[in-house]
Amino acid sequence: MQRSKFILGGLMILAAVIYLIVSSTKANAEYFMTIDEVEQQKAQIIGKSLRISGAVIGDTISYSPDNLELTFEVAHVTGDNDEIEANGGLARVLHDATVDPNRTRLTVVYNGPVPDLLQNEAQAIMTGHLESDGIFYADELLLKCPTKYEEAVPEQVEG
Amino acid sequence: MLPSLGYGVLILTLLVTVYSVLIALVGQKKQSAAMIESARRAMLLTWPLLTISAAILIYLLVNEHYEVEYVWSVTNRTMPLYLKVTAWWGGQPGSLLFWGWLLSSFTSLVALRRWDRDRELLPWVLTISGITLAFFLALNVFFENPFKLIPGIAPTDGRGLNPLLRHPGMIIHPPMQYLGFVSFTIPFSFAIAALITGRTDDRWIRLTRRWTLWAWLFLSLGLVLGMRWAYDVLGWGGYWGWDPVEISALMPWLTGTAFLHSVMIQEKRGMLKHWNMILIILTYDLVLFGTFLTRSGVLSSVHAFAQSEIGPLFFIFIGFTFIVSIALLIWRWSDLKSETEMKSLLSREALFLLNNLLFLSILVICFWGVIFPLLSELFTGSKVTVGPPFYERATGPIWGALMLLMGVAPLSGWGISTVKTLGRAIWKPALVALLAPIWALAAGVTNWIPLLGFTLVALVITVSIYEFWRGAQARSRKSGKNFLVELVNLVKRNRRRYGGYIIHISMVLMGIGIIGIEMFQTDTQRHISIGETIELAGYTVRYDDLEQFRHEDGRYVTRAELTLIKNGKEIDHLAPRFDIYPDGQPMTIPGVRSTLVDDIYVILVNWEGITPNSTPFKVYHNPLVKWVWIGGFVFIFGILVAAWSDGEE
Repeated sequence: MQRSKFILGGLMILAAVIYLIVSSTKANAEYFMTIDEVEQQKAQIIGKSLRISGAVIGDTISYSPDNLELTFEVAHVTGDNDEIEANGGLARVLHDATVDPNRTRLTVVYNGPVPDLLQNEAQAIMTGHLESDGIFYADELLLKCPTKYEEAVPEQVEG
Repeated sequence: MLPSLGYGVLILTLLVTVYSVLIALVGQKKQSAAMIESARRAMLLTWPLLTISAAILIYLLVNEHYEVEYVWSVTNRTMPLYLKVTAWWGGQPGSLLFWGWLLSSFTSLVALRRWDRDRELLPWVLTISGITLAFFLALNVFFENPFKLIPGIAPTDGRGLNPLLRHPGMIIHPPMQYLGFVSFTIPFSFAIAALITGRTDDRWIRLTRRWTLWAWLFLSLGLVLGMRWAYDVLGWGGYWGWDPVEISALMPWLTGTAFLHSVMIQEKRGMLKHWNMILIILTYDLVLFGTFLTRSGVLSSVHAFAQSEIGPLFFIFIGFTFIVSIALLIWRWSDLKSETEMKSLLSREALFLLNNLLFLSILVICFWGVIFPLLSELFTGSKVTVGPPFYERATGPIWGALMLLMGVAPLSGWGISTVKTLGRAIWKPALVALLAPIWALAAGVTNWIPLLGFTLVALVITVSIYEFWRGAQARSRKSGKNFLVELVNLVKRNRRRYGGYIIHISMVLMGIGIIGIEMFQTDTQRHISIGETIELAGYTVRYDDLEQFRHEDGRYVTRAELTLIKNGKEIDHLAPRFDIYPDGQPMTIPGVRSTLVDDIYVILVNWEGITPNSTPFKVYHNPLVKWVWIGGFVFIFGILVAAWSDGEE
C-alpha cells in the first residue's frame, strides 16, 4: 500500500520530467544547417528556427547606426569537422570560403550592437529564421575567429 | 636549467604518487602496517614536491622567462604582477598543475589525520585520491608540460593572457571552481573506501560532512563569481547563457546539492544508502566531465580558451572510474539496505527524497540539452540543437517546485506527517507570504509567473524565519533566558540545520534577482550625439563626452561620459567603454548603476565609426538583479554557520 503510493509518486515525477523535456525540445529545437542546405531547402524551412554557420565576408558588412541594423553576407562552409581538418583547419576553410566567388552566400540581418569579433573570415554562428525574401534574420549572433586566439605557436616551436 | 628542474620535480612527484598507490595496495593485501605507513608518507611527500614545482612555475612567470612556452603563451611584459602570478591557472598545463597541487594538499590533510579510529578506511582513501592525482600528474608529465621550452631563440615578449581573462573576477573564479571540483574527490574517495572495506555504515558520511560542505561552498562561489564576471565583462546584459561549460559546472553542483541533503537522511534514519553512493559517484565523474569539457575544446563556448588533445584520456578515465565505482556499488548492494522504511508521502524523509529527485530531474534536462545535438545527428542525420529557451522552459517549473519544497519541508515531521499536521504548521507563515504577491500586484505586476515566483520566495523566507523564531521561543520559555541569547544557542546547537535555513533564504534571494532579470529586463539601442539623451524605464541617459586615448599598457580606450537622470535629478555618472588591446582583441566594459531595485547597464556599442556626433549605445534595465549578488553573500554566511567547527568531530 505505502510502497505503491511512492511508486505512483515517482512515476508522476518521471512523466512530468519527460513531458517537460519533450515539449521544450519540440518548442525550442533549432535545426543546424549549412548554407548550402538552407539554399536547397529554402521552400520548406521558411519561418522555422534555424541555427546556421558560415564565413563572414568582410566587404559586405554594413551597419545602419540609426536603428543599429547590421547586415552582412556569409559564405557556405562545411559543418563536418573531419572535412574541416582535411582541408587545413578552420581558419583555412573560412579563408577559402570568403575568396571563392562560387560559394553559396546568404544575407543576414541582425539587430543589435556589432559584436566584438565581427570581421572578414570570422565564423558566424547564428540562430534565427529565414523569411520569404530569402534573408536570414538572426536573433543571436556568435562569432569565432580561429586565427586570433588559438593562434599557433610560432613556426620554430613546432617539433 | 630552472624549467628542467621544475619538470624533473613533476616527474618525481608522479613516481612518488604511483609508488604510494601501489605500496598501499600491496600493504592492504599483506596487512602490512609498515607498507601502509610508507604509502602515507609518500603521499605526504607529494605536497612539498608539487609546491616546489608550482613555485618554480610562478618564478618563471613573474620573471618573464619567455623561453618557456607556457610563460610565453599566458603572460607578456605589460601585465601587472598579480596577473603574472595568477597566470598559473590561465592556460591548460598550468591549470592541470594547479588541480594536482590542490588535490595533493587535500589528500595530505587527510593523511595527517589521526589514523587510529579509521584504520581500515583511510589507506583506501589515500589510494583512491592517489589514483586521481596520478592521472592529473600524468597529463602534465606526458602531454601538457608547463615547463616545455621553445626551441631556438627565445622570444623577448609573451603573447599575454587573453584580455577577457584580465579581470579581478577571473583571479578568483577559476580557483574557486577548481577548489570545489577538487574537494569533491575526498568524499568520493571515502565513499569508495567504504564500499571496498565493507564499512557501509554512515562513518564515511560523518567523516566527510565538512569536506562536502566546503566543496559545495567553493563550487557555488565559483558559479556566482563566473556569473558576476560575465555580467561585468562580456557586455551582453546578462550573467548566465546556458553555455555548455556553464552547464557542465552546474551539473556537479546539482548532484552535490542533492547529496548534501540526502546524507542527512542516512545519518538520521539509515535510509537512502544506495542513493548517496550513486550521488557521490555521479558528482565525482561530473567534476571530471566538467574539467574535460572546459579543457577539451569539444564544445565551442566562451570558455574554450584552452584546447588540446587530452580529451580522449579524460573520457577514458571518467569511464574507468564510473564503471569500477558502479561495479563496487553493485557488489555491496545488499549491505546497503535501508534500516527503516519510508511511511508517509509528506514525511520529512519523503520530501528530502523528492528534493533529490527534482535536482536529478534538472540534471537529466541539462544532460539531455548537452547531448541532444549528438543524438539527433546520430539518429536522424540532421543536427538539431537546443538553446537557452529550452533550459529555461524545461527547468523553470522544477526550480519553482524546489522553492515550494524549501517552504514546506522544514515544517514536516520525521516518520509520519499528514496534510493536517503540515497545514497546521504552515498556515501562519503562508498567510504572511501572501503579502508578497499582493504587493507585487499593487506595483503593477500582472504576469502569473513572477507573481507565483515572488509568493514562493516569500514563503521560504517566512518559513525559515518562523523556524528560527519557533525554536528560540521554545528554548527561551523553557530556560527563562533572553530570546536573543537562546536564538544564538539554538543555532549553535544545530548548526547544519539553521545554517541550512540561511542558505535557503540566500537561494530565494538569488531567485528574486533571477525572476527580475528573466521576466522584466528591457533594453533599447540608439545612436546619439553629445548632448542628446536616451530614455528607458523612467531613466534618462545623457551623453556628455567622449574620450579616446591610449592606455599605458598599450590598449586603446574609447570611453563615453554619461549622466543618469531620474525625475529631473542627476543621480549618477556612468562611463561605459571599450578597449582594443594591441593584438586587436576588443573588450566591452559596461557602465552600470546598481541599486536594490534595478540596474541601469549601458554599453558603448563597438563600431569603427564612433565619433562624438554619432555614438551607438545599448541600454539595459535589469530589475532586481542586485539580489543575485546579495544572495551570494548571504549564502557564504549560511555555509560558514553550517560548516564551522562545533568541536564535535
